[in-house]
Amino acid sequence: MNPPVAELEGVSHRYADLQALSDIDLRLEAGRVTALLGPNGAGKSTLIHLLLGLKPLQTGSIRLFGEHAPDARECRTRIGIMLQASGVQANLTVLELMQLFASFYPDPEDFDTLVDEAGLHGLEDRRFGTLSGGQQQRALFALAAVGRPDWLILDEPTTGLDPAARRRLWQAIQARRDAGASILLCTHFMDEAQRLADQVVVLERGRVLHRDTPDAIRRLVPQDRIRVRTRLERRQLEALPSVQQVERIEGRWALLSANGVDTVRALLAADDEAADLEVTGTDLETAFLSLTDSESPSTKEAA
Amino acid sequence: MNSATLTRNPALQLIQAQWLNLVRTPDYTLPTLLFPLMFYGFFGLLMIRSQALWLLCTFATFGVMGAALFSFGVSIATERAQGWLMLLRASPAPVAAVIAGKAFGALLFSLVTVVAMSAMAAAFGGVRLETSQWLGLAGVLVAGALPFCLMGLALGLWIKPNAAPAVLNMIYLPLGFLSGLWIPAMQFPPLLQAVAAWLPPYHLAALALDVTGAKSADWGLSLLNLGIFTLVFAALTAIGWKRLDGTAG
Repeated sequence: MNPPVAELEGVSHRYADLQALSDIDLRLEAGRVTALLGPNGAGKSTLIHLLLGLKPLQTGSIRLFGEHAPDARECRTRIGIMLQASGVQANLTVLELMQLFASFYPDPEDFDTLVDEAGLHGLEDRRFGTLSGGQQQRALFALAAVGRPDWLILDEPTTGLDPAARRRLWQAIQARRDAGASILLCTHFMDEAQRLADQVVVLERGRVLHRDTPDAIRRLVPQDRIRVRTRLERRQLEALPSVQQVERIEGRWALLSANGVDTVRALLAADDEAADLEVTGTDLETAFLSLTDSESPSTKEAA
Repeated sequence: MNSATLTRNPALQLIQAQWLNLVRTPDYTLPTLLFPLMFYGFFGLLMIRSQALWLLCTFATFGVMGAALFSFGVSIATERAQGWLMLLRASPAPVAAVIAGKAFGALLFSLVTVVAMSAMAAAFGGVRLETSQWLGLAGVLVAGALPFCLMGLALGLWIKPNAAPAVLNMIYLPLGFLSGLWIPAMQFPPLLQAVAAWLPPYHLAALALDVTGAKSADWGLSLLNLGIFTLVFAALTAIGWKRLDGTAG
């Protein structure tokens, strides 16, 4: 059994007038994909900078790979990183950048494999500055993966990408996961976490709000959405069991219910001609929004 | 070393990246190189032809100082802002290799400046030197770029990225003038002469004048001045590098 890639105990970080992180305990197991979720300003970037040894640790302890401090060189060669603002030299080609970053690592990946994995065929000799947003992100992913790292740290890898480009990058991330890499994925896209992660850590105002599987996080908020065409009036709908909210959307009624089955049963009893009925469970995004929303008043003093 | 080990060396890779970056941005590279040559052409070859050798030494010092200050100062400040420096700091690339890449650019600019200006002086200014003197001039000035590389690096780590070119010019041009690189310091009023004797570019120019036989210099004094200056900026660089930890850089 490999030691955890990172163990954090009581980590706090303070900027002049802002408590960025408060007493974080976290264990990132080897071979797992952990998604770090949180709104802007939740402390995600600070946490990543501490893990990478880019900022000095103020309080608490961080151990990487079971034994090292974050700025140890032994760690750096085992970590691949994709940061938000990369500032990569726009005049260098994809291949030149891969050669540059490969020279930093003891046992780099075969370039053909990497080009395949990151979907960079035909782009090897293009200068970085001439690539599209999606192509640039894939090239940056290749730079993160070129050292065959045990641990990939990806800070918002798909921000600003269209759906097709996001799926291409997800495939590349999944390929690394399947090859056994541990991954820390910082994101504010819930579908990304749901699709890729084994563990979700919800961070808000510098605190860990929840830590669980994507499914469990989703179940924390037992809400169902019901869409229906019915002759019932708004106040009748509001009186149905378990209904929390009623809205009129594009000619249909949209209900939010704590228990979809109860609500639908009563609805059909009151109007047996109800049509276009649609019931959906909560997605992670809704769960996340309601979690960070409902808890924020009690955590306000943290900011 | 075979070619495989060469391409696996981070310092050489960073030097190559710097080289490719320079040759692929001629709109930055050419004006930067031509600026001191143009200055020398106007002052040394057109206006005061009789002093072509003296002005070769001082304007080449001026060019070398500019190459070192700007290729370090502006590029480090910009790369700090764009996140490239952070990516390199978080990568396993050794800090020394990162700095070697930058130093290569500055030394290359210095060498090209000295060689081109020497060729201009020989072709159009009637300057005749022994081979050993030409080599000595190039050697002194390229080695003398080092303290100014450190000065540029320290400034690049401390000043705001968008202010970098303006701030560097506010240091570069007065420093060049006060060190007697445009007008010889001995023509200055006494107070300014006293100031010049403290400034590092004055001492680098003094060494250049000495190796070309234009005016003999006190090597001990000049090397001491340049040495102290080098140490001060090395310390400021080290502090500035540490300070990156606490900021977005």
